[in-house]
Amino acid sequence: MAVTDARLRGGDAEPKVSLLYNPALRSYAYQAITIIVIVWAVWYAWTNAAANLARANMQAGFGFLNSRAGFDIAQTLISYSSDSTYFRALEVGLLNTLVIAFFGVITATIVGLLVGIGRLSPNWLISRLCTVYVEIFRNIPPLLVIFFWYLGVLALLPTIRSILQGLKPAVGQDPVAVPSFFISNRGIYMPAPIAGEGFGIVVAAFITGIVLAIIFTIWANRRQLATGKRPPVLWVNLALIVLFPMVIFFVVGRPLTLDYAVPGAFNLKGGMVIGPEFLALYLALSLYTAAFIAEIVRAGIRGVSKGQSEAAYALGIRPGLTTRLVVLPQALRIIIPPLTSQYLNLIKNSSLAVAVGYADLVAVGGTILNQSGKSIEIISIWMLIYVSISLTTSLFMNWFNAKMALVER
Amino acid sequence: MTSKLLTGAIGAAIIAIGASAVHAGTLDDVKAKGFVQCGVNGSNLAGFGAQDASGNWSGLDIDLCKAVAAAVFGDATKVKFTPLSAKDRFPALQSGEIDMLARNTTWSASRDSQLGFDFRAINYYDGQGFMAKKELGVKSALELNGASVCVQSGTTTELNLSDYFRANKMEFKPVVFEAQDEADAAYNAGRCDVYTTDASGLYSIRLKMANPDDHVVLPEIISKEPLGPAVRQNDSKWFDVVTYAHYAMVTAEEFGITQANVEEMKKSENPDIKRFLGEEADSTIGADLGLPKDWAVQIVKAVGNYGESFERNVGAGSPLKIQRGLNALWSKGGLQYAPPIR
Repeated sequence: MAVTDARLRGGDAEPKVSLLYNPALRSYAYQAITIIVIVWAVWYAWTNAAANLARANMQAGFGFLNSRAGFDIAQTLISYSSDSTYFRALEVGLLNTLVIAFFGVITATIVGLLVGIGRLSPNWLISRLCTVYVEIFRNIPPLLVIFFWYLGVLALLPTIRSILQGLKPAVGQDPVAVPSFFISNRGIYMPAPIAGEGFGIVVAAFITGIVLAIIFTIWANRRQLATGKRPPVLWVNLALIVLFPMVIFFVVGRPLTLDYAVPGAFNLKGGMVIGPEFLALYLALSLYTAAFIAEIVRAGIRGVSKGQSEAAYALGIRPGLTTRLVVLPQALRIIIPPLTSQYLNLIKNSSLAVAVGYADLVAVGGTILNQSGKSIEIISIWMLIYVSISLTTSLFMNWFNAKMALVER
Repeated sequence: MTSKLLTGAIGAAIIAIGASAVHAGTLDDVKAKGFVQCGVNGSNLAGFGAQDASGNWSGLDIDLCKAVAAAVFGDATKVKFTPLSAKDRFPALQSGEIDMLARNTTWSASRDSQLGFDFRAINYYDGQGFMAKKELGVKSALELNGASVCVQSGTTTELNLSDYFRANKMEFKPVVFEAQDEADAAYNAGRCDVYTTDASGLYSIRLKMANPDDHVVLPEIISKEPLGPAVRQNDSKWFDVVTYAHYAMVTAEEFGITQANVEEMKKSENPDIKRFLGEEADSTIGADLGLPKDWAVQIVKAVGNYGESFERNVGAGSPLKIQRGLNALWSKGGLQYAPPIR
């Protein structure tokens, strides 16, 4: 009996195999080994760094961020002086990086979209021009493009000296009228808007206008679906976004004054200035990345079956509308994922700012690193911030991609 | 709880590793590998660290590197140069990529303590100045209110600049570059009105301009910039070798020992000179420093005395034509003073 029991039990149970071949156990083992290797690598790097720091009599830690920076920064969006802390200096650098990234991404997208569509244009001249553009910018390292703008274009603009001298009245002559815009090798000077009391109301009106415009567009789309008639969306929205805040602006008594740039001893004083460092980096990065985006856009449009546009033409839709309403929405599904990579490239390439002296995160951090000797801390901060910016961008693009993806019914 | 344990474990591991890290002195390392790795100026600063078209290095800092090689190996060619930017120089020394840093580097308290370096010898007493285009008609640095100033990042210059303008209640627009060449180009292109760096550097950079006479160095010297070699902290033997390489050059000038007459001077009856040149029978100075007996002879043979090196690199024998000034021997009204070598 006992023998039979054992046999029965043996028959019910899984076949006895060596633990070595147990798939569940094996995958656990692999994961455990991976974790051990990672932990060991981090531990090794950590202890090695700590030992080396100890040997050099240096203390690790982030306390130094609270000490006085001592150096000045030319381009600051927030108040900063040499009395501010290192932390504040890093904030200034981070903001400068974000500004470049923001404007760069927008411009690169617009230019890339236009050039990408242009390459497919039946117009020979347009398509060839766009091809030349793509081939030039795609095949030059971005650093060279930056130097081209900085040293080859912007440095050759009129010197501030010649501008200042041109404004000086000759003996016995009436003073020369000072223009409000200057283009010089030290940047573009323009009047700075200074918000007065009540300007907040205008801003609020502008935001309200945008919200109303969105609501109106949604209503208009529904109405078009229901009745087949399209309300004048463009005109109503323009009125809501532009006219409405303008009216409010005059109603509250024009609470905005302009601060003009005036000649000083060495430079123009006051006003708003966009420095050549920013311009060089902004133009170079956006035009460089636009070349890649153009190719992605072209690939995306090519990926949409030709039958789609032929069907649209057959229905009597004009070519412009066909591109906008039929081809592009489908192309976007192909375009968005590689587009994300290009955005990330642009953000990371912004660290080339250091070459032309634009005070981005890397340039400012480098100065702090040199001043305080905290290499490991600064490099960790750099890595952390770039990873955060990139991941945030990816998250947004993934959300956008999911929204654009084919909705299957 | 777990995280506390973990932190404790990691902390203990760090202490353990830190305590057990055995590090031979740099002098032994240098002897073992057979050459000195010397960090020098990477942007061709004439007079201090510059490379000619065929790749030969010259300058006051280069001579110091060669002097150290000559002292250790009796051969001034056993030195390799690492060109560095102002920003990269300190991590290079901290990480051990170079054995010594001779890159017109200012000795300051924070670099001595916080960065973990040691300074002692000063091979050039400098001070920060301003250079402007003549056409601006500026006569003094105090007239620079509102000017754009080109400056190199990660230098004491950058900090002094902020302090100076602040102290004099003036404003300025910094135009900051990482590499000196880029700053030179920007100044030349009129991106800034004024260029600021150590006065010696200004003379050197002025020579690079298309028309040096169009530029004027303003009279104000706004800071003390003692330039000298740096080594990693707590490495006394190596620190001594580097320090005394410079002092040997100064001492040689004091005694009137030159590249040309050093062999002859060995026969001198003066006990100080005999001791210095290792000709005294029981002299142990070289051995105590961890060097050959004739270390000082080798230094002078390789690069000459301090005065010779100065005149050849930055003084009358060079295009810079800088006066000895503060860098004259103490006995001639300058600050160059070496402790007695005995």
